[in-house]
Amino acid sequence: MSNNGLANWLERFQEMPNDRPTKTLFVAFAVSIVCAVMVSGTAVFLKPLQQANKERERQQQILDIVARLPGVEELFETVEVHHVEAHVVELATGNYVRSIDPAEYDQRKASIDPQLSVAVTPEHDIANIQRHAKYATVYLVKSEGQIKLLILPVHGSGYASTLYGFLALEGDANTVVALSFFEHAETPGMGAKIDEPEWRDRWQGKKVWDEDNQLRIGVARGQVDPSMPSAPYEVDGISGATRTAQGVTNLLRFWLGDYGFGPYLEKIRSRRG
Amino acid sequence: MAHDARKALIDPLVNNNPITLQILGICSALAVTTTLATSLVMCLALTAVLTLSNAAISLIRHHLSRSIRIIVQITIIASLVIVVDQVLKAYAYGMSKQLSVFVGLIVTNCIVLGRAEAFASKNNVGLSILDGLGNGLGYSLVLIFVGTIRELFGSGTLLGVQILPLVTDGGWYKPIALMLLPPSAFFIIGFLIWGLRTWKTEQVEKPEYQIQPTPVGERR
Repeated sequence: MSNNGLANWLERFQEMPNDRPTKTLFVAFAVSIVCAVMVSGTAVFLKPLQQANKERERQQQILDIVARLPGVEELFETVEVHHVEAHVVELATGNYVRSIDPAEYDQRKASIDPQLSVAVTPEHDIANIQRHAKYATVYLVKSEGQIKLLILPVHGSGYASTLYGFLALEGDANTVVALSFFEHAETPGMGAKIDEPEWRDRWQGKKVWDEDNQLRIGVARGQVDPSMPSAPYEVDGISGATRTAQGVTNLLRFWLGDYGFGPYLEKIRSRRG
Repeated sequence: MAHDARKALIDPLVNNNPITLQILGICSALAVTTTLATSLVMCLALTAVLTLSNAAISLIRHHLSRSIRIIVQITIIASLVIVVDQVLKAYAYGMSKQLSVFVGLIVTNCIVLGRAEAFASKNNVGLSILDGLGNGLGYSLVLIFVGTIRELFGSGTLLGVQILPLVTDGGWYKPIALMLLPPSAFFIIGFLIWGLRTWKTEQVEKPEYQIQPTPVGERR
Protein backbone atom coordinates (compact mmCIF):
# COMPACT_ATOMS: atom_id res chain seq x y z
CA MET A 1 0.00 0.00 0.00
CA SER A 2 2.74 2.40 0.97
CA ASN A 3 4.48 1.76 -2.33
CA ASN A 4 1.36 2.63 -4.23
CA GLY A 5 0.78 5.64 -2.04
CA LEU A 6 4.26 6.92 -2.71
CA ALA A 7 3.85 6.48 -6.47
CA ASN A 8 0.54 8.30 -6.38
CA TRP A 9 1.99 11.05 -4.32
CA LEU A 10 4.95 11.45 -6.71
CA GLU A 11 2.61 11.58 -9.66
CA ARG A 12 0.50 14.25 -8.05
CA PHE A 13 3.64 16.08 -7.11
CA GLN A 14 4.93 16.09 -10.67
CA GLU A 15 1.72 17.68 -11.88
CA MET A 16 1.79 20.33 -9.19
CA PRO A 17 2.47 23.82 -10.56
CA ASN A 18 6.12 24.73 -10.11
CA ASP A 19 5.52 27.93 -8.21
CA ARG A 20 3.43 26.33 -5.44
CA PRO A 21 5.45 26.93 -2.24
CA THR A 22 5.32 23.24 -1.21
CA LYS A 23 6.87 22.16 -4.47
CA THR A 24 9.40 25.01 -4.52
CA LEU A 25 10.52 24.11 -1.02
CA PHE A 26 10.64 20.41 -1.78
CA VAL A 27 12.70 20.89 -4.95
CA ALA A 28 15.12 23.20 -3.15
CA PHE A 29 15.45 20.69 -0.33
CA ALA A 30 15.97 17.74 -2.68
CA VAL A 31 18.63 19.59 -4.69
CA SER A 32 20.45 20.54 -1.48
CA ILE A 33 20.43 16.96 -0.22
CA VAL A 34 21.74 15.55 -3.49
CA CYS A 35 24.46 18.21 -3.73
CA ALA A 36 25.45 17.77 -0.08
CA VAL A 37 25.77 14.01 -0.45
CA MET A 38 27.77 14.42 -3.65
CA VAL A 39 30.20 16.97 -2.18
CA SER A 40 30.74 15.26 1.15
CA GLY A 41 30.95 11.85 -0.50
CA THR A 42 33.76 13.03 -2.79
CA ALA A 43 35.54 14.77 0.05
CA VAL A 44 35.47 11.69 2.29
CA PHE A 45 36.31 9.28 -0.50
CA LEU A 46 39.29 11.28 -1.80
CA LYS A 47 40.67 12.36 1.56
CA PRO A 48 43.28 9.59 1.91
CA LEU A 49 44.69 10.40 -1.52
CA GLN A 50 44.82 14.11 -0.79
CA GLN A 51 46.53 13.55 2.53
CA ALA A 52 49.11 11.32 0.88
CA ASN A 53 49.79 14.14 -1.58
CA LYS A 54 50.26 16.65 1.23
CA GLU A 55 52.55 14.30 3.10
CA ARG A 56 54.64 13.73 -0.03
CA GLU A 57 54.97 17.46 -0.51
CA ARG A 58 56.04 17.99 3.10
CA GLN A 59 58.58 15.22 2.74
CA GLN A 60 59.92 16.96 -0.37
CA GLN A 61 60.19 20.27 1.48
CA ILE A 62 62.17 18.63 4.25
CA LEU A 63 64.37 16.85 1.71
CA ASP A 64 65.00 20.18 0.00
CA ILE A 65 66.10 21.72 3.29
CA VAL A 66 68.29 18.75 4.09
CA ALA A 67 69.78 18.60 0.60
CA ARG A 68 71.13 22.11 1.07
CA LEU A 69 73.49 20.87 3.75
CA PRO A 70 76.98 20.06 2.55
CA GLY A 71 77.92 16.42 2.42
CA VAL A 72 74.34 15.27 2.71
CA GLU A 73 73.99 14.20 -0.90
CA GLU A 74 76.93 11.83 -0.64
CA LEU A 75 75.47 10.55 2.57
CA PHE A 76 72.15 9.88 0.85
CA GLU A 77 74.03 7.86 -1.74
CA THR A 78 75.58 5.64 0.91
CA VAL A 79 72.46 5.38 3.07
CA GLU A 80 70.18 4.88 0.07
CA VAL A 81 67.07 5.61 2.08
CA HIS A 82 65.50 8.93 1.34
CA HIS A 83 63.31 8.91 4.37
CA VAL A 84 63.48 12.13 6.29
CA GLU A 85 61.37 12.90 9.33
CA ALA A 86 60.80 16.28 10.88
CA HIS A 87 59.97 16.60 14.54
CA VAL A 88 59.35 19.48 16.87
CA VAL A 89 61.38 19.14 20.07
CA GLU A 90 60.70 20.86 23.36
CA LEU A 91 64.17 22.09 24.23
CA ALA A 92 63.75 22.15 28.01
CA THR A 93 62.75 18.48 28.26
CA GLY A 94 64.13 17.04 25.04
CA ASN A 95 60.77 15.44 24.25
CA TYR A 96 59.03 15.43 20.91
CA VAL A 97 55.94 17.64 20.75
CA ARG A 98 53.39 15.78 18.63
CA SER A 99 50.80 18.55 18.79
CA ILE A 100 52.85 20.93 16.65
CA ASP A 101 53.08 20.25 12.93
CA PRO A 102 56.74 20.72 11.92
CA ALA A 103 55.63 21.92 8.47
CA GLU A 104 53.66 24.76 10.04
CA TYR A 105 56.03 25.65 12.87
CA ASP A 106 58.27 28.65 12.26
CA GLN A 107 61.04 28.66 14.81
CA ARG A 108 62.38 32.05 13.81
CA LYS A 109 58.96 33.65 14.30
CA ALA A 110 58.43 31.78 17.57
CA SER A 111 61.69 33.06 19.04
CA ILE A 112 60.33 36.62 19.19
CA ASP A 113 56.85 35.56 20.33
CA PRO A 114 56.66 36.00 24.14
CA GLN A 115 54.26 33.04 24.37
CA LEU A 116 56.51 30.65 22.49
CA SER A 117 59.95 31.75 23.62
CA VAL A 118 61.98 32.08 26.79
CA ALA A 119 64.55 34.67 27.78
CA VAL A 120 68.10 33.42 28.19
CA THR A 121 69.70 34.66 31.41
CA PRO A 122 72.77 36.79 30.58
CA GLU A 123 75.27 34.46 32.28
CA HIS A 124 74.11 31.52 30.13
CA ASP A 125 73.68 33.53 26.96
CA ILE A 126 77.03 32.71 25.41
CA ALA A 127 75.56 32.78 21.89
CA ASN A 128 74.22 36.28 22.61
CA ILE A 129 70.68 35.65 21.38
CA GLN A 130 68.69 37.05 24.37
CA ARG A 131 65.62 34.87 23.66
CA HIS A 132 65.07 31.55 22.03
CA ALA A 133 62.01 29.55 21.02
CA LYS A 134 60.79 26.88 23.41
CA TYR A 135 60.50 24.44 20.54
CA ALA A 136 62.84 23.62 17.68
CA THR A 137 62.42 21.57 14.52
CA VAL A 138 64.91 18.75 14.06
CA TYR A 139 65.30 16.54 10.99
CA LEU A 140 66.14 12.86 11.16
CA VAL A 141 67.38 10.81 8.24
CA LYS A 142 66.62 7.21 9.00
CA SER A 143 67.53 3.90 7.47
CA GLU A 144 66.08 0.63 8.75
CA GLY A 145 64.77 2.38 11.81
CA GLN A 146 68.20 3.69 12.79
CA ILE A 147 69.01 7.38 12.84
CA LYS A 148 71.72 8.00 10.26
CA LEU A 149 71.73 11.74 10.37
CA LEU A 150 70.47 14.25 12.88
CA ILE A 151 70.06 17.79 11.69
CA LEU A 152 69.68 20.63 14.17
CA PRO A 153 69.01 24.31 13.48
CA VAL A 154 71.47 26.61 15.26
CA HIS A 155 71.98 30.34 15.43
CA GLY A 156 73.95 32.93 17.35
CA SER A 157 75.84 36.20 17.09
CA GLY A 158 78.94 36.37 14.97
CA TYR A 159 80.97 39.52 14.44
CA ALA A 160 78.61 41.69 12.42
CA SER A 161 75.43 39.64 12.23
CA THR A 162 73.43 36.71 13.50
CA LEU A 163 74.51 33.44 11.94
CA TYR A 164 71.82 30.92 11.02
CA GLY A 165 72.78 27.40 10.12
CA PHE A 166 72.31 23.68 10.46
CA LEU A 167 74.49 21.26 12.35
CA ALA A 168 74.36 17.70 11.08
CA LEU A 169 75.41 14.92 13.45
CA GLU A 170 75.75 11.19 12.91
CA GLY A 171 73.35 8.79 14.59
CA ASP A 172 75.59 8.65 17.70
CA ALA A 173 74.69 12.33 18.29
CA ASN A 174 78.36 13.01 18.88
CA THR A 175 80.16 12.96 15.51
CA VAL A 176 79.76 15.99 13.25
CA VAL A 177 78.89 15.43 9.60
CA ALA A 178 78.66 19.06 8.61
CA LEU A 179 78.04 22.56 9.84
CA SER A 180 76.59 24.94 7.33
CA PHE A 181 75.38 28.51 7.60
CA PHE A 182 72.67 29.60 5.23
CA GLU A 183 72.26 33.13 6.45
CA HIS A 184 74.74 35.66 7.83
CA ALA A 185 76.22 39.05 7.00
CA GLU A 186 79.85 38.62 8.05
CA THR A 187 82.73 40.45 6.40
CA PRO A 188 83.25 39.13 2.87
CA GLY A 189 86.59 37.38 2.48
CA MET A 190 87.02 37.00 6.26
CA GLY A 191 84.12 35.94 8.50
CA ALA A 192 82.03 35.11 5.45
CA LYS A 193 84.32 32.12 4.90
CA ILE A 194 82.08 30.18 7.29
CA ASP A 195 79.80 29.31 4.40
CA GLU A 196 82.59 28.24 2.04
CA PRO A 197 82.70 24.51 1.31
CA GLU A 198 86.35 24.32 2.25
CA TRP A 199 85.72 25.55 5.79
CA ARG A 200 82.50 23.58 6.15
CA ASP A 201 84.30 20.35 5.30
CA ARG A 202 86.72 20.83 8.16
CA TRP A 203 83.94 19.89 10.56
CA GLN A 204 83.46 16.39 9.21
CA GLY A 205 84.34 13.76 11.82
CA LYS A 206 84.84 16.16 14.72
CA LYS A 207 83.47 15.05 18.06
CA VAL A 208 81.16 17.12 20.23
CA TRP A 209 81.81 15.62 23.69
CA ASP A 210 84.88 13.99 25.21
CA GLU A 211 84.84 10.80 27.31
CA ASP A 212 84.04 12.79 30.45
CA ASN A 213 80.96 14.28 28.79
CA GLN A 214 82.55 17.70 28.52
CA LEU A 215 81.45 19.89 25.61
CA ARG A 216 84.66 20.37 23.66
CA ILE A 217 83.63 21.24 20.11
CA GLY A 218 84.79 24.59 18.79
CA VAL A 219 87.04 26.62 16.56
CA ALA A 220 90.71 26.69 17.53
CA ARG A 221 92.68 29.90 17.83
CA GLY A 222 94.83 29.62 14.74
CA GLN A 223 95.75 26.15 13.49
CA VAL A 224 94.79 22.93 15.21
CA ASP A 225 97.84 21.15 16.59
CA PRO A 226 97.26 17.43 15.87
CA SER A 227 99.34 16.45 18.89
CA MET A 228 97.12 18.34 21.32
CA PRO A 229 94.33 16.47 23.14
CA SER A 230 91.82 19.04 21.82
CA ALA A 231 92.52 18.11 18.18
CA PRO A 232 89.51 15.73 17.70
CA TYR A 233 87.11 18.47 18.79
CA GLU A 234 88.40 21.57 17.06
CA VAL A 235 88.76 22.96 13.56
CA ASP A 236 91.20 25.55 12.22
CA GLY A 237 90.25 29.16 12.77
CA ILE A 238 89.89 31.75 10.06
CA SER A 239 92.65 34.34 10.04
CA GLY A 240 91.26 37.82 10.39
CA ALA A 241 87.93 36.54 11.66
CA THR A 242 88.58 35.70 15.30
CA ARG A 243 85.28 37.18 16.44
CA THR A 244 83.25 35.24 13.86
CA ALA A 245 85.06 32.03 14.83
CA GLN A 246 84.45 32.73 18.49
CA GLY A 247 80.77 33.29 17.64
CA VAL A 248 80.60 29.91 15.93
CA THR A 249 82.16 28.19 18.95
CA ASN A 250 79.78 29.99 21.28
CA LEU A 251 76.63 29.19 19.34
CA LEU A 252 77.64 25.52 19.05
CA ARG A 253 78.31 25.30 22.78
CA PHE A 254 75.01 27.03 23.51
CA TRP A 255 72.86 24.91 21.23
CA LEU A 256 74.55 21.65 22.22
CA GLY A 257 74.46 22.61 25.91
CA ASP A 258 71.82 22.32 28.60
CA TYR A 259 69.80 25.31 27.37
CA GLY A 260 69.81 24.16 23.75
CA PHE A 261 69.51 20.61 22.41
CA GLY A 262 71.46 19.13 25.35
CA PRO A 263 68.50 17.29 26.95
CA TYR A 264 67.32 16.00 23.57
CA LEU A 265 70.75 14.75 22.49
CA GLU A 266 71.24 13.18 25.91
CA LYS A 267 68.11 11.08 25.30
CA ILE A 268 69.28 10.01 21.87
CA ARG A 269 72.70 9.03 23.18
CA SER A 270 71.34 7.09 26.15
CA ARG A 271 68.84 5.27 23.94
CA ARG A 272 71.72 3.97 21.86
CA GLY A 273 73.23 2.69 25.12
CA MET B 1 16.96 16.36 -34.55
CA ALA B 2 20.38 15.28 -35.78
CA HIS B 3 20.78 18.76 -37.15
CA ASP B 4 19.99 20.24 -33.73
CA ALA B 5 22.50 17.97 -32.07
CA ARG B 6 25.25 18.85 -34.51
CA LYS B 7 24.44 22.53 -34.10
CA ALA B 8 24.59 22.29 -30.30
CA LEU B 9 27.98 20.60 -30.41
CA ILE B 10 29.70 22.34 -33.35
CA ASP B 11 28.36 25.87 -33.24
CA PRO B 12 30.14 26.95 -30.05
CA LEU B 13 33.52 25.93 -31.49
CA VAL B 14 33.90 28.85 -33.90
CA ASN B 15 30.63 30.41 -34.99
CA ASN B 16 29.27 30.99 -31.51
CA ASN B 17 32.41 30.65 -29.40
CA PRO B 18 31.77 31.64 -25.78
CA ILE B 19 35.04 33.57 -25.50
CA THR B 20 35.54 35.18 -28.89
CA LEU B 21 31.93 35.95 -29.73
CA GLN B 22 30.20 36.26 -26.37
CA ILE B 23 33.35 37.48 -24.56
CA LEU B 24 32.54 35.33 -21.50
CA GLY B 25 34.95 33.52 -19.19
CA ILE B 26 37.77 35.95 -19.92
CA CYS B 27 39.08 36.07 -16.32
CA SER B 28 40.24 32.47 -16.23
CA ALA B 29 41.45 32.69 -19.83
CA LEU B 30 43.86 35.40 -18.67
CA ALA B 31 44.91 33.78 -15.44
CA VAL B 32 45.67 30.16 -16.25
CA THR B 33 47.17 30.35 -19.74
CA THR B 34 50.80 31.00 -18.78
CA THR B 35 51.57 27.39 -19.64
CA LEU B 36 49.88 24.91 -21.91
CA ALA B 37 49.61 22.29 -19.17
CA THR B 38 47.61 24.51 -16.81
CA SER B 39 45.42 25.59 -19.74
CA LEU B 40 44.65 21.96 -20.58
CA VAL B 41 43.74 21.04 -17.02
CA MET B 42 41.54 24.13 -16.74
CA CYS B 43 39.81 23.18 -20.02
CA LEU B 44 39.12 19.69 -18.70
CA ALA B 45 37.78 21.06 -15.42
CA LEU B 46 35.50 23.59 -17.08
CA THR B 47 34.23 21.17 -19.73
CA ALA B 48 33.43 18.60 -17.05
CA VAL B 49 31.58 21.12 -14.89
CA LEU B 50 29.74 22.62 -17.85
CA THR B 51 28.60 19.27 -19.27
CA LEU B 52 27.48 17.90 -15.92
CA SER B 53 25.75 21.09 -14.82
CA ASN B 54 23.91 21.33 -18.13
CA ALA B 55 22.79 17.72 -17.73
CA ALA B 56 21.64 18.20 -14.13
CA ILE B 57 19.83 21.45 -14.76
CA SER B 58 18.12 20.10 -17.87
CA LEU B 59 17.02 17.08 -15.85
CA ILE B 60 15.07 19.15 -13.32
CA ARG B 61 13.97 21.92 -15.67
CA HIS B 62 10.25 21.01 -15.57
CA HIS B 63 10.08 21.12 -11.78
CA LEU B 64 12.00 24.26 -11.06
CA SER B 65 10.10 27.29 -9.86
CA ARG B 66 11.20 30.45 -11.64
CA SER B 67 11.60 32.23 -8.33
CA ILE B 68 14.48 30.04 -7.14
CA ARG B 69 15.97 28.83 -10.40
CA ILE B 70 19.20 30.86 -10.30
CA ILE B 71 19.99 29.86 -6.75
CA VAL B 72 19.38 26.19 -7.56
CA GLN B 73 21.54 26.42 -10.67
CA ILE B 74 24.35 28.04 -8.69
CA THR B 75 24.07 25.37 -5.99
CA ILE B 76 24.43 22.62 -8.56
CA ILE B 77 27.33 24.35 -10.32
CA ALA B 78 29.13 25.10 -7.06
CA SER B 79 28.80 21.48 -5.90
CA LEU B 80 30.17 20.20 -9.19
CA VAL B 81 33.08 22.63 -8.98
CA ILE B 82 33.93 21.40 -5.47
CA VAL B 83 33.86 17.83 -6.71
CA VAL B 84 36.14 18.63 -9.64
CA ASP B 85 38.47 20.59 -7.35
CA GLN B 86 38.67 17.67 -4.91
CA VAL B 87 39.41 15.24 -7.73
CA LEU B 88 42.23 17.48 -8.97
CA LYS B 89 43.66 17.75 -5.45
CA ALA B 90 43.67 13.96 -5.21
CA TYR B 91 44.94 13.01 -8.67
CA ALA B 92 46.81 16.08 -9.92
CA TYR B 93 48.05 17.76 -6.77
CA GLY B 94 50.87 19.80 -8.31
CA MET B 95 48.58 21.05 -11.02
CA SER B 96 45.82 21.98 -8.58
CA LYS B 97 48.33 24.05 -6.62
CA GLN B 98 49.31 25.92 -9.78
CA LEU B 99 45.69 26.56 -10.68
CA SER B 100 45.05 27.65 -7.07
CA VAL B 101 41.75 29.52 -6.83
CA PHE B 102 40.91 29.44 -10.50
CA VAL B 103 39.27 26.04 -10.40
CA GLY B 104 37.08 27.29 -7.56
CA LEU B 105 36.28 30.37 -9.58
CA ILE B 106 34.61 28.25 -12.27
CA VAL B 107 31.51 28.81 -10.09
CA THR B 108 31.50 32.42 -11.19
CA ASN B 109 32.46 31.65 -14.78
CA CYS B 110 29.73 33.28 -16.85
CA ILE B 111 29.86 30.52 -19.45
CA VAL B 112 28.54 27.90 -17.02
CA LEU B 113 25.61 29.91 -15.65
CA GLY B 114 25.02 31.38 -19.10
CA ARG B 115 24.58 27.95 -20.70
CA ALA B 116 22.47 26.73 -17.78
CA GLU B 117 20.09 29.65 -18.10
CA ALA B 118 20.10 30.08 -21.87
CA PHE B 119 20.14 26.45 -22.99
CA ALA B 120 19.84 23.72 -20.37
CA SER B 121 16.73 25.14 -18.73
CA LYS B 122 14.88 25.00 -22.07
CA ASN B 123 16.21 21.87 -23.82
CA ASN B 124 16.26 18.13 -23.23
CA VAL B 125 19.07 16.35 -21.44
CA GLY B 126 20.81 14.93 -24.53
CA LEU B 127 20.98 18.26 -26.32
CA SER B 128 22.06 20.02 -23.12
CA ILE B 129 24.95 17.62 -22.66
CA LEU B 130 26.06 18.23 -26.25
CA ASP B 131 25.73 21.98 -25.74
CA GLY B 132 27.82 21.81 -22.57
CA LEU B 133 30.44 19.71 -24.30
CA GLY B 134 30.48 22.03 -27.33
CA ASN B 135 30.85 25.17 -25.26
CA GLY B 136 33.51 23.52 -23.11
CA LEU B 137 35.43 22.61 -26.25
CA GLY B 138 34.97 26.11 -27.67
CA TYR B 139 36.45 27.54 -24.48
CA SER B 140 39.22 24.94 -24.64
CA LEU B 141 40.14 25.83 -28.23
CA VAL B 142 40.78 29.44 -27.24
CA LEU B 143 42.62 28.52 -24.03
CA ILE B 144 44.85 26.04 -25.83
CA PHE B 145 45.60 28.61 -28.52
CA VAL B 146 46.47 31.30 -25.97
CA GLY B 147 48.36 28.85 -23.74
CA THR B 148 50.46 27.58 -26.64
CA ILE B 149 51.47 31.07 -27.72
CA ARG B 150 52.19 32.25 -24.19
CA GLU B 151 54.27 29.26 -23.17
CA LEU B 152 56.16 29.06 -26.47
CA PHE B 153 57.13 32.72 -26.60
CA GLY B 154 57.22 33.35 -22.85
CA SER B 155 59.47 30.48 -21.83
CA GLY B 156 60.42 28.76 -25.10
CA THR B 157 58.76 25.50 -24.04
CA LEU B 158 55.62 23.51 -24.81
CA LEU B 159 54.25 21.27 -22.06
CA GLY B 160 57.61 21.80 -20.35
CA VAL B 161 59.64 20.53 -23.32
CA GLN B 162 62.22 23.04 -24.58
CA ILE B 163 61.34 24.01 -28.17
CA LEU B 164 63.22 27.27 -28.55
CA PRO B 165 66.70 27.11 -26.93
CA LEU B 166 67.03 30.02 -24.49
CA VAL B 167 69.90 32.49 -24.50
CA THR B 168 70.52 31.68 -20.83
CA ASP B 169 71.15 28.03 -21.78
CA GLY B 170 73.41 28.94 -24.70
CA GLY B 171 70.67 29.03 -27.36
CA TRP B 172 69.43 31.93 -29.46
CA TYR B 173 65.93 32.64 -28.18
CA LYS B 174 65.37 35.52 -25.77
CA PRO B 175 61.98 34.94 -24.08
CA ILE B 176 59.37 37.69 -24.10
CA ALA B 177 58.68 38.28 -20.43
CA LEU B 178 55.40 40.06 -21.21
CA MET B 179 53.98 36.72 -22.40
CA LEU B 180 54.09 35.44 -18.82
CA LEU B 181 52.01 38.36 -17.56
CA PRO B 182 48.20 38.47 -17.81
CA PRO B 183 48.04 41.49 -20.18
CA SER B 184 49.58 39.39 -22.96
CA ALA B 185 46.48 37.18 -22.92
CA PHE B 186 44.39 40.29 -23.52
CA PHE B 187 46.45 41.11 -26.60
CA ILE B 188 46.33 37.55 -27.92
CA ILE B 189 42.58 37.20 -27.42
CA GLY B 190 42.12 40.65 -28.93
CA PHE B 191 44.06 39.71 -32.06
CA LEU B 192 42.24 36.38 -32.18
CA ILE B 193 38.83 38.11 -32.14
CA TRP B 194 40.01 40.58 -34.77
CA GLY B 195 41.21 37.77 -37.01
CA LEU B 196 38.05 35.75 -36.50
CA ARG B 197 35.74 38.65 -37.31
CA THR B 198 37.74 39.53 -40.40
CA TRP B 199 37.26 35.95 -41.57
CA LYS B 200 33.60 35.64 -40.52
CA THR B 201 32.18 39.09 -40.99
CA GLU B 202 28.74 38.08 -39.67
CA GLN B 203 30.29 38.01 -36.18
CA VAL B 204 30.92 41.76 -36.27
CA GLU B 205 28.43 43.48 -33.98
CA LYS B 206 26.41 46.39 -35.31
CA PRO B 207 27.34 49.60 -33.52
CA GLU B 208 24.70 50.30 -30.89
CA TYR B 209 24.85 54.05 -31.46
CA GLN B 210 26.71 56.41 -33.62
CA ILE B 211 28.92 59.17 -32.34
CA GLN B 212 27.65 62.42 -33.85
CA PRO B 213 30.31 64.76 -35.15
CA THR B 214 30.30 67.90 -33.03
CA PRO B 215 29.24 70.95 -35.05
CA VAL B 216 32.14 73.34 -35.54
CA GLY B 217 30.41 76.28 -33.91
CA GLU B 218 29.90 74.46 -30.61
CA ARG B 219 33.51 73.36 -30.21
CA ARG B 220 35.20 74.84 -27.21
